[in-house]
Amino acid sequence: MNRRFRTLAGTLASVPITLFGLVLVTFLIGRVMPIDPVIAIVGDRAPQDVVEQTRIELGLDRPLPVQFAIYLAKLLHGDLGRSVMTSHAVTSDIARFFPATLELATVAMLIAVAVGVPLGVLAAVKQGSRIDHAIRVVCLAGHSVPIFLLALLALLIFYAALGIAPGPGRQDVIFEDTVPAVTNLLTVDAVLAGDWDAFRDAVAHLLQPAGVLAWFSMAYIARMTRAFMLDALSGEFIITARAKGLSSLRVIWRHAFGNIAVRLVTVLALTYAGLLEGAVVTETVFSWPGLGQYLTVSLLNADMNAVLGATLVVGLSYLGLNLFADILYRLMDPRVR
Amino acid sequence: MSAARGETWRDWLLSDTPGSRAQAAWGRRWRLWCGFRSNTLAMGGLIVVAVLIALSLAAPWLATHDPGAQALAERLQPPSAAHWLGTDELGRDVFSRLLYGGRITLGMVVAVVLMVAPVGLAIGCVAGYAGGLADRLLMRTTDIFLAFPRLILALAFVAAIRPGVTSAIFAIALTAWPPYARLARAETMTIRGTDFIAATRLTGASMGRIVLRHVAPLCLPSLVVRVTLDMSSIILTAASLGFLGMGAQPPSPEWGAMIATARRFILTEWWVPTIPGVAIFVASLAFNLLGDGLRDVLDPKQR
Repeated sequence: MNRRFRTLAGTLASVPITLFGLVLVTFLIGRVMPIDPVIAIVGDRAPQDVVEQTRIELGLDRPLPVQFAIYLAKLLHGDLGRSVMTSHAVTSDIARFFPATLELATVAMLIAVAVGVPLGVLAAVKQGSRIDHAIRVVCLAGHSVPIFLLALLALLIFYAALGIAPGPGRQDVIFEDTVPAVTNLLTVDAVLAGDWDAFRDAVAHLLQPAGVLAWFSMAYIARMTRAFMLDALSGEFIITARAKGLSSLRVIWRHAFGNIAVRLVTVLALTYAGLLEGAVVTETVFSWPGLGQYLTVSLLNADMNAVLGATLVVGLSYLGLNLFADILYRLMDPRVR
Repeated sequence: MSAARGETWRDWLLSDTPGSRAQAAWGRRWRLWCGFRSNTLAMGGLIVVAVLIALSLAAPWLATHDPGAQALAERLQPPSAAHWLGTDELGRDVFSRLLYGGRITLGMVVAVVLMVAPVGLAIGCVAGYAGGLADRLLMRTTDIFLAFPRLILALAFVAAIRPGVTSAIFAIALTAWPPYARLARAETMTIRGTDFIAATRLTGASMGRIVLRHVAPLCLPSLVVRVTLDMSSIILTAASLGFLGMGAQPPSPEWGAMIATARRFILTEWWVPTIPGVAIFVASLAFNLLGDGLRDVLDPKQR
């Protein structure tokens, strides 16, 4: 027990170092850019003294380590600078866009788990059969398909050809600003306001991008579930359970699956982190006003403060989820000691 | 050689008592190949990869049109005898562009792998073999780069330098090396404690010699598997960068960039953006199948 907590403490101690490195890398990326940030703000026809004035205001005349220290100090106060494009503070921009991504990724995760886990269990139980091979191919295809192709095809088939899905965006124009924003998660806000039409609209808009986003993760989850289940099903306790005459459903779901649940949860945490990445591309295709779209639009406008802020936030979420998976694994699995 | 005694080359390869190191090595390779050959899916992957490479290399001879030649009168045509896969929004032949695009995609993959695999192997082997402070420093750095989602770090990096193929290659390489270092380190740690390494050390071999001659070659099989599986994700990342406007730039026939410029026709001339997408899918799937088969053969414990 003692030793387990010592390794846990070791993991936690490494977090600040990784965090510092994360900030340092984003800072350095922001400083290697060939476009002069001063020129980007005042324009290239500004008189020399205005350029100098702005440079001093931005603190760009100081040595690099000092600049980094200032950047760190501001960061600790939650200040990521101002976005040139929206002219808001990057922090408030991110606070506005992040819930949309969170909502999308969470629904995608639910879909991926609901489909991926049963597929993985099925493949493991029927190992070597046609079903297993078919699932293996589906998983590999899921790993290989470019997510933007899937998104474009979904728009073509479900929106244009069949007309059963709503178009891009988060809600229909008529529902815009009808529900008071509390959490900025449209589905939750609609429920809180008791507006069921708005809720149905929000869900309808969610399903298509979330389904596309879920595809990749579903493949990964199914694959990992299969591997874990094969491992568990070959255990001696399974033979015992079968010998006792338990029904095979009970053996599979209670005994084998119950044993892999912890490992599976850590995989899910990692997958959730990966969804943030897929969201960048999905949001671009579906005009989903989330962090991913904010990032790409800022990229195209060379709005470096916004890009670095968004990168840092995604990096932090990624780190947090990884850490969560790690801690969970260490605390819950008695074999890790 | 023993083949002179009337044996076939197959007997020579499968001999239980190889007469030389070369015979033993080739015999082992032949057995691996036999194992690999029996995997239909993996063979399919290998054939598709070989065809893709051949098509890309032979692009100048196979292309029916100049990939950059515009013919505005013939824009957005469906596939026909004149244009096998139709034409894009500027009347350029999609089939020819696809062939030249394959060169860019595969070129990027090769460039990234050539940069990343040796670096990852070196860092992992040194960290794993040396241990101590060097190990901790190297692995901390690795952790920092692992803390970023791949595409997002690549996007930020490319945006900071300048969008284009070269910076995309560097950006993907920057995000791709940490898993190799981790893998090589784990392998090295298990090899480090073996008796034959201790024996080599006793004979007075330097650390550089041990790592280069004895440790690194043993890390190679799992590295090869990882590289092959990774190629598909490199293809997808490169295409995503192109699609988001941060990789290869528009006149270039890179597959992701082709989809980006044609995506507004998805609801009307749907084949224009779909065809390059299918090409990305096929290439990526082929590498995945190949890697999966290689893993079964080279790294059986990973199954």
